Parts: sequence; C-alpha cells; structure tokens
Amino acid sequence: MTATLTPTTGKIGQSILRKEDPPLLTGEAKYTADLNIPGAVFLALVRSPYANARIVSIAKSDALAMPGVIAVYSGAELAPLWAAPMPCAWPVTPDMLNPAHHPVAQSQANYVGDAVAVVLAHTDAQARDAVEKVVVEYDASEAVIDLEDALSDRVLVHPHLGTNKSYRWELKPQGDLSEIFANAVFTVKERYIQQRLLPMAMEPRAVAAVPQPFGGDITLYSATQIPHILKVMAAITLGIPEHQVRVVAPSVGGGFGCKLDVYAEELLCMALSRKHGIPVRWTETRSENAVATVHGRGQVQTIELAADANGRVQAVRVHIIGDMGAYLQLVTPGVPLLGAFLYAGVYDVPALSFECDGVFTNMTPTDAYRGAGRPEATYAIERAMDSLASKMGVDPMELRSRNYIKPEQFPYTAMTGLVYDSGDHQAAATKAAGMADYAGVRAEQATRREAGGTKHLGIGVSSYFEMCGLAPSRVLASLNYSAGGWEAATVRVLPTNKVQVVTGATPHGQGHETSWSQIIADKLGVSPDDVDVLHSDTALSPLGLDTYGSRSLVVGGIAIVLAADKVIAKAKAIAAHQLECSEDDLDFADGLFTVRGTPDRNMPMAAIAFAAFTAHNLPDGMEPNLEAHTTYDPPNFSWPFGCHICVVEVDSETGAVEVLKYVAIDDCGNQINPMIVEGQVHGGIIQGLAQALFEEACYDEAGNLRTSTLAEYLVPAASDVPSMITGHTYTPSPTNVLGVKGIGEAGTIGAAPAVINAIVDALAPFGVHDITMPASPQRVWQTIKEAAK
Amino acid sequence: MQISMTVNGVARSADVEPRTLLVHFVREQLGLTGTNIGCDTSSCGACTIHMDGESVKSCTVLAAQADGAAITTIEGLASADGTLHPMQESFRQCHGLQCGYCTPGMVMAAVGLLNENPNPTEAQVRVGLEGNLCRCTGYHNIVKSVLHCAAG
Repeated sequence: MTATLTPTTGKIGQSILRKEDPPLLTGEAKYTADLNIPGAVFLALVRSPYANARIVSIAKSDALAMPGVIAVYSGAELAPLWAAPMPCAWPVTPDMLNPAHHPVAQSQANYVGDAVAVVLAHTDAQARDAVEKVVVEYDASEAVIDLEDALSDRVLVHPHLGTNKSYRWELKPQGDLSEIFANAVFTVKERYIQQRLLPMAMEPRAVAAVPQPFGGDITLYSATQIPHILKVMAAITLGIPEHQVRVVAPSVGGGFGCKLDVYAEELLCMALSRKHGIPVRWTETRSENAVATVHGRGQVQTIELAADANGRVQAVRVHIIGDMGAYLQLVTPGVPLLGAFLYAGVYDVPALSFECDGVFTNMTPTDAYRGAGRPEATYAIERAMDSLASKMGVDPMELRSRNYIKPEQFPYTAMTGLVYDSGDHQAAATKAAGMADYAGVRAEQATRREAGGTKHLGIGVSSYFEMCGLAPSRVLASLNYSAGGWEAATVRVLPTNKVQVVTGATPHGQGHETSWSQIIADKLGVSPDDVDVLHSDTALSPLGLDTYGSRSLVVGGIAIVLAADKVIAKAKAIAAHQLECSEDDLDFADGLFTVRGTPDRNMPMAAIAFAAFTAHNLPDGMEPNLEAHTTYDPPNFSWPFGCHICVVEVDSETGAVEVLKYVAIDDCGNQINPMIVEGQVHGGIIQGLAQALFEEACYDEAGNLRTSTLAEYLVPAASDVPSMITGHTYTPSPTNVLGVKGIGEAGTIGAAPAVINAIVDALAPFGVHDITMPASPQRVWQTIKEAAK
Repeated sequence: MQISMTVNGVARSADVEPRTLLVHFVREQLGLTGTNIGCDTSSCGACTIHMDGESVKSCTVLAAQADGAAITTIEGLASADGTLHPMQESFRQCHGLQCGYCTPGMVMAAVGLLNENPNPTEAQVRVGLEGNLCRCTGYHNIVKSVLHCAAG
C-alpha cells in the first residue's frame, strides 16, 4: 500500500507559495477589529469575579453617568431578546442534562468570567471604564473545580439539575471484558490527567454587528471558524429569519477549535445593534479571552490494558471524566466521543470498552481544541503501551510492532464498527526510528547510564491514528450530532476563462486559497493565478459547514473536484456540439478538448467559456453558463497516521527538560501542497509539545483562573522549542478521488505522548513510572524526589 | 495633548489623551491596522513596530513618548512600488506565516534583530524573537525565514 508520491507535472503536489501571504505580510489584511465601521458603538461586559454566585443586585446608575455611555443592561433585562438559549449542537445522549445558557447570566454566575451585565458606549475605552462602575452584589458559594469532586455531587454547579453529571456515554463491546482481563498474562492500569488548556489563538475574538437601516437585515462580522453554522444558530437564537442574516469571517487569526462556537458576544452585538439601530462591536482583550473563550482538554482518564504473554493487547478498558465547564457550548459534550474510538490506537485489539461521564464544573466551558478528544485518547493508549512495555521488559518499539494493525489487514473493521481505510504503521515507525537513530540513542543512553551523571537521555515513541475529516453525515447522526458533515462547492468559469471557486470551508491560516487553486489548475488546465477562491462570507458562499476537524481538504477539497468534473462534462458537451463530434471521441487535457486521432480538431476551455457566455451556439436546451455546484458527503472519516519520536535530555538536578531531537513521520496520503502540509505538522507538534511541557490552565480552589494572561500562561516562544525533523510516508486514501487525508491536527495528536514517553524513559532509572503534564522543571524535580521515597 | 511624529515617512500630528498607547494611536487615529494587538501584558509582540530604528512593543509605549520620533509600521516596510522588504519576502518564501496575525510584529522584530546582528545563529534567532509569540507555525519556518533573509 505504501508508495512514494507519484511525481506530477501539474500543480498538485507542488510547494507553490501562498496567495494569502502578501496582504498578511504588508498589514493590508483586515481582521475583524481592523474593520472601519462608521457609527459603531462598543460593547463591554461586566464579568463575574466569583465562580459560583447568586446575583443579588445590579446598580447601574454610576455607570450610566459615565462619559459616552449609551446603555447598561442586566441579564434579566436582556432576557426578552433571546428566542432560544445558546446552542449545544451535540446532545450525546437522549437524557443529557443541558442547563439553559444565555448570553448574560440572569440570576446566577457559574464561572469567573460569566457575563452578568453589559455596557454600550461610544468608544471601547468609555465602555470598559463604565464596566468598572457597574456595582454588582453577589452571594458567593463554594466552587466545584475538581472533576472527581464534581462527580461526587458534593456541591452542585446547577442545583436545579440535582447532579453535576451531564451525561454518561458508553461504547461497549459484545463480550465480557472482565474475563479477558482475568485471563491476561499482563495487565496495566493507568490514570492520566489531561490538563485544561487555553487555546490562545493569537487573534483574540472580535465581533461587529451592522444592521441595515430598513428591512431588518443584519450583517455579523466575527473572528469565527464557522460563519455558516453561526448564521443558522444566530437566526434561531435571536429569532431572526435566517435569510436576513449574513455572517462574514474576515481574516481570522487562528482558531484551533476555540472559534468553532456560538458565543455570547456575537449574539449580544447582534441583539443590541437591532435594538438600538446602530452597529455594535466588541473586541476581546487577552485576559478576557482567557476566561471568556472556551478551553480545551480537561479529562481524568483511567485506562487498562490486558495482554497475552507476547504482549499482544487483547482488550482496552477506559473510563474518563470529561470536564464540561459551567455550560455546554456548541460541541462540548461530543469532544470526548471523538476520542472514544481511538483508545485502541493503531493496534489490532479485539475488544474496547469506553465510558465517559461528562460533568459540570464552575469553570469556563470547554470545547474543541486542536485534535478534540483524539490527542487525549492517543496520549492514554500510547502512554499505557509504554507502561506495558516497561512491565514486560520489552522495548516500546518492539511492543508496538507486535500489535500494529498490519498493512494487509486494511481496510480494517475495528471492534467499534468503524472502518480504517488504509495504513502502514510499521513503515512509519521504521522510517521514524531510522531518522531518529533510535538504536544509536539507545546505545548512548546505555553508555550514559553506565557512567552516571545528571543529564539523562530519554527516547519516546508515539504511533497515532487520527479520525478526522468530519464527517459522514449518517455516522454523525448515529452519534446524535445535530448537523451533517458534507461540504459545498461551486466552480464557475468566467467568460475570459478565469475561474471562481466558491467553498463552504472557512480558512483561518490553512492556505485554502492556494491549495484550492492548485486543484482547479490541474482540473481545468489554468494557472493557479487565474483562480479566485471565495469563502467565509455567507453572501458569497451561502452553503457550507466550515473548517474544523481536519475536514477542509478531505471534504471541501473533494467537493471542488466534483464540481470541476461537472464543469468539464458540460464543457465537453459544448465542445462536441461545436466540433460536431461525439463526446465519446473527445479527450481533455491541459485545458484542451481534442478529437481523438485528429489533434488539429480541438477546442480550448477558453473558447468554451466564451461560447457559454455568448450562448450563440450551445446544444439545444443547455443553460448558458459554465458553472456547477456540488455538495459532497464523505463515505468515511479520514485516517491519517504516523509515528513521532522525541529525544530528551533531563537534568535531574534542576528538572529541566531539553528536547534534543524531534522526528515526525506523518502520512496524510497524497499532498496538494507539501509546504503547507509541513507547516501544519510543525504547528501541530509544537501545540502538543506545549501541552506536554508548558501549558496548564491553573485554577485556585475558589475558581479563579490563575493563568489568565500570556505573562502567566506559557505559550512557548521560539527559544523554548526545537526545530523539527519531518518526513512522510504516502498511503493514499482509497475513499476519495484525490487520495488525501487530513493533516491539521495530526501533529498535535502525535506529539504529547512522544514527549512524555521520552521524559519517563529518561527517568526510568529513578523508578519514575509516570509524570503529570505539563512536565515543568519543578514537576520533574518533584517526581524524581517522590520516586526516591 | 498635542503630539507630532513621522510615521512611515509622513509627518503626523494629533491631539490625544495622555493615557493613549502608541499602538492605539497608530491603529485608531492613523488607521494603520496592520499592527495587531494580541495581549494586554506586553507578552506577545504582535504590536512590534520600529521607533527611531529600534523595534519596540507599541503597547508598552505611550503615544506621548513617541512625540518627535520616527515610527515605522508594517505598512511602511515594503518599497513604495510594492516590492516586499527582504524579510517579508523571506517569510513568504519559507512559509513563515499561516494565519498572519503575529506576522507584522514578527517581521518587524526580525528586521530589528538583523539590524543588531546581521548573521545570527539559529539559537540567536530563537532568543532574539522570544518576545514574539506565534501559535500557528511552531516557529520552525519563522526561524528559517530569518536565517534565509540573513543569508541574503
């Protein structure tokens, strides 16, 4: 199955420089906060300083007396503006508890940062100054911060629910796992903490709502990944006819899942702009972002493996507690489910049991963050495999080799019923081991251990499977997701043979304009420079399901191909008509239709485009245009995979971890633009490595976020991280016409377990068996000391 | 209060509140929105510009402090004919940007870095840019871009 990438003479497969770059490099690009909106007034929010507090009273008079203030509203006063609570689109079970969540709390604040009142003023500074003058009296209670404590229901986040448990979701095998565990030669049981993370897209969120003076139409500009979904949800939540809502995502400065949501501030700007008849805008500050934008991860995982004498894993049993935060945002409860199917990793395991308890806590809601469920699952299985290897005294790569699903087993129907379309895990691992000089590092490690000293070498491996390309609509239905997983595309050849491509995918850094242009260039025989990609505006691109879950290319890109095929079919009919031949006698290559055997009888696409425009001589009944629309629903998820190897040096005196080498072999099938693929891998790896080494949203017992600025929350800088050695194997997907697989999240999924496995490996001589993320110097040092006890 | 300065070669003067930060003055009063704001603790460097030839985080400077200074923002870096500055071109060639939000500050910081040290090592580039955060690239290609530019 594994093949080298087929050399191509076309644009697909070329590292073409990005079309997106010049405006971004010169400051010309407009992010939402950059938009010049005459007459706009500013929204600012009064946010609760308490994690669990009843709102006793709100005194507005001092704020109303401040310069420039237009209005101050409490949550109760805003209640009539909402036709429905804020949406959660993923009711994972029929009995899932989902407390009503309004843009501004009406009687009870449930996390630090929960909005309790809003101010409108003529400038941003005036609005924020006035926020300080709104006097809110609170009756504060104990906060629920710990997940196991939350599950005990000792203190309730939403007392009217009677429990903190939102749902229990299960994936159960046919047979009885306890028997397998009882008969196993080796078992391991591990507990891992997936700490909460702050997504920290470099652009904080920003919103501007602009009402039309007459007729009720409204345009929402937002730093969002999901203008299409947001349009539907905003219409429902505000009770505005959907056709009167237009949503535009201008340049968006990174998302990583945190802009895959319907946020209070979007709804507030829309509602207040309608109420006051003027544009209303809001730009998030970074410290506001830390509490008001969704967090990621937040799980307590228990994983058990049962293996035979050879270390062949027979069963995996998993229980997790998922931290929902105070409310369910757009896909909050579904995030753990996206990982559920991957707890057996890349291994040929006959039985998997998975249970998830989703619990409410008095913290900012969690939701999708790069990988969403899959990094957590991969971490658990890859860490547990190292524990099993350690217990057996087997090299971790050897143990993995014994368990990999073999290339000839693909397509592989997993015990969960999902079909893994293709893969060659041993090939990826072998290549990674070679590039990392695995044997050499092991030899040096042995030498160092012999010699003693304080600089300890460790090498960690992580083999991953990624389930992305969200997603076949019927599979989403089986998971109770409220929407489909298709994507829409239009390809429109203009009279002068320039091409407009309309995509429902919504880029925010991924380079869709470039990649889509490459695809169209090869399909239609034009230059990528002759292709204009329209996106991120529901007026230009009315249909779409946007960008998340590494879906844009594998769903949206395929839609582009299929629309282009329809255009070619129509062009062929025109060519056959004008060349007076049968369509069957026409060949099409490089933008030219040629009558087979008589190359001088031909018609270029440019002539056909103009003919479709003039409509002077088209086949009878044909509509005069050269455009086609497709909505594509994928038949399967996308299954990229790979193997990452990390080499670290740990200083046992200081606890400092230095990454000496990071090798990543990722297989995303065929690549449209290898340069962009590399970029996605690099960024993904550093986000995973950052979870392993640096990042944690720390709350105190009262529910205050102690890492609420970039001075406290350690997003790594260039000086904190290594360069990476990347490589690929190429196993084309058999389920789509381009043979492509998603690559947006793969790096993040592979990275954290590779790094932690390396650290634990380095510290093995101290008897260290595990370390909790992030492996800060202090924590490494403490872990060594505790192991010595 | 009244302030005057040269911004991208053009003399500008304005009446500002004393508390106005240089970044707000540049963005809101001059309309030069290429300079971005990514934090409120002077941690991210998205607002890096040049003041009298040295890179500064414009959120740590009051507009009043820039009175009389020569300011260059990202909008002033490329040539008047639109030719990208070599650092901008290097970022493009090496895929040193994805979402682009940190990019103006990163490019300005990188130009400042090479002004001080025209031939840095990779480690010196990494340390030299530690005041500028990027969430997309993992820095790999940013470092490559700066080294590419230094190599001419």
